[in-house]
Amino acid sequence: MNDRMHAWTLTETRAALDDGMTTSTELVRHLLDRVQGAGEALNAFITVDVERALERAAASDERRRTGAARSLEGLPIAHKDIFCTRGVRTTCGSKMLETFVPPYDATVVSNLEAAGAVVIGKTNMDEFAMGSSNETSYFGDVRNPWSTACSPGGSSGGSAAAVAARLVAAATGTDTGGSIRQPAALCGLTGLKPTYGRVSRYGMIAFASSLDQAGTLTRSAADAAMLLSVMAGADPHDSTSVDVPVEDYEAELAKSVKGKRIGVVREFMVDGNDPENTAALEAAFDVLRSLGAEVVEISLPNIGLSVPTYYVVAPAECSSNLSRFDGVRFGHRVSDPRDLQDLYTRSRAEGFGDEVKRRIMTGTYVLSAGYYDAYYLKAQQVRRLISADFQAAFEQVDLLAGPTTPTCAFRLGEKTDDPITMYLNDIYTIGANLAGLPAISVPCGYAQGLPVGLQLVAPAFGESQLLNLAHQYQLLTDWHTHAPEAFA
Amino acid sequence: MSIDQSDIDKLAQLSRLEFAESEHADFVSKLGSIVEFVDQLQAAETEGVLPMAHPLDLVQRLRPDTADPNIDREALQSTTDAVADGLYLVPKVIE
Repeated sequence: MNDRMHAWTLTETRAALDDGMTTSTELVRHLLDRVQGAGEALNAFITVDVERALERAAASDERRRTGAARSLEGLPIAHKDIFCTRGVRTTCGSKMLETFVPPYDATVVSNLEAAGAVVIGKTNMDEFAMGSSNETSYFGDVRNPWSTACSPGGSSGGSAAAVAARLVAAATGTDTGGSIRQPAALCGLTGLKPTYGRVSRYGMIAFASSLDQAGTLTRSAADAAMLLSVMAGADPHDSTSVDVPVEDYEAELAKSVKGKRIGVVREFMVDGNDPENTAALEAAFDVLRSLGAEVVEISLPNIGLSVPTYYVVAPAECSSNLSRFDGVRFGHRVSDPRDLQDLYTRSRAEGFGDEVKRRIMTGTYVLSAGYYDAYYLKAQQVRRLISADFQAAFEQVDLLAGPTTPTCAFRLGEKTDDPITMYLNDIYTIGANLAGLPAISVPCGYAQGLPVGLQLVAPAFGESQLLNLAHQYQLLTDWHTHAPEAFA
Repeated sequence: MSIDQSDIDKLAQLSRLEFAESEHADFVSKLGSIVEFVDQLQAAETEGVLPMAHPLDLVQRLRPDTADPNIDREALQSTTDAVADGLYLVPKVIE
């Protein structure tokens, strides 16, 4: 038994289990002690699944003893509470689903389980993934392990806080407009959003179906590669999952990046960014140069319209997706409905929080008669312009680079009164969602003592390039190994 | 485009939501600022640009139209108490 097991990355944990240094059961016990001890104050978990985690860990140890270990055998992970888990409550951070126990597993969940991963619990998140600070959760704010007065970002804030605080080595997340990359940046983690359609959305509670994508929050690119290899692939249950062969992402990590052309997005390197963020990024670009990459400047002329485009497209899709919550088949139901309309209306009014209601109302507005062309159609056209900018850029460079966020973590409560200020936190991440591209955030330094994220974006299905460059960067730097002092 | 209380009432009705009197001012003001914010799209030159509904411009894959009873009815209906004889119960719709 090693009392530093929580400090291991997923890669290190796998090696330790392979070498017989510990068992999955010991590991899970150790992590659960932390979740229910020092980790409690972060509010990173909505549900901790002690009994099942220990059961699965024991079964996993048994498989290992009999020589039947699979690729993630016995490795503890956590799931964002947006992924349906059969028999385990799945809330999506909402009162609407406070008692919802799904009758099936999301494909992400079943793929990881089939590879041997052991789930210790479900992490906190912004309600229905609508938020950038984890403050819209019905289950309370999550705190940033680097400074508990600050937000961990969102919407995958619980996953980010849990991995940063060394409560678990890896967690799943979802990214519709930055919900993996922004919390990864704010918590000093590696956050990967794959190409739209690379990972199945089956059983992942829908927010905006043309943007949503599942990914990972880990402490290294190597760990992300390990998980993506298992998560990715076409799924008969999700007709938008794409049938492109899954690469061996781990095998690609070691390749040289010499000669790669990296385009720094001019529109992302602006005076509005925190100067300390900019300094950290400039230093990161120098590291990329020292790896033999060529760093040039590039322009995405229409990217400035990505946030307004997103706040038409995403609410429109959300208003449609969330119409399924009607109090009839699942979710919150009022106890004394006067009639069917009253059942629908009051169940929804009571079950949804304010931000979710605002987005449903915005979506209804932009889709309503008389406004559809001016807003929804217009946004779909601008989306194509933004996507075309990325395509043009990738004719000149292999990957794009820039900041993940304009500033480091902000204080809880600081942006809750003004939705627009909150929305602008995703100004650098939304473009990749609109264009469906894979992107990653890796830690590259500090501003005001808090982590700063470097964002890299690749062409569609360029995950191996992305993970390769991130890994090579992490071989030359150690930002990703730093732990917040209180949780080291 | 500015938003007023009558817009909120209409959108709430379409969205099957309702708001307490005390929430009205806040929703008018915040929804108004969101609409004002997305209005900057109007300045974009999009003449002749094809709307983009799918990020990769892919066509949906189809499968043979056969029943796939992968989840049983009882399990599916375990998510609510308001069921009887395999049917969902709602308030009376027809007198």
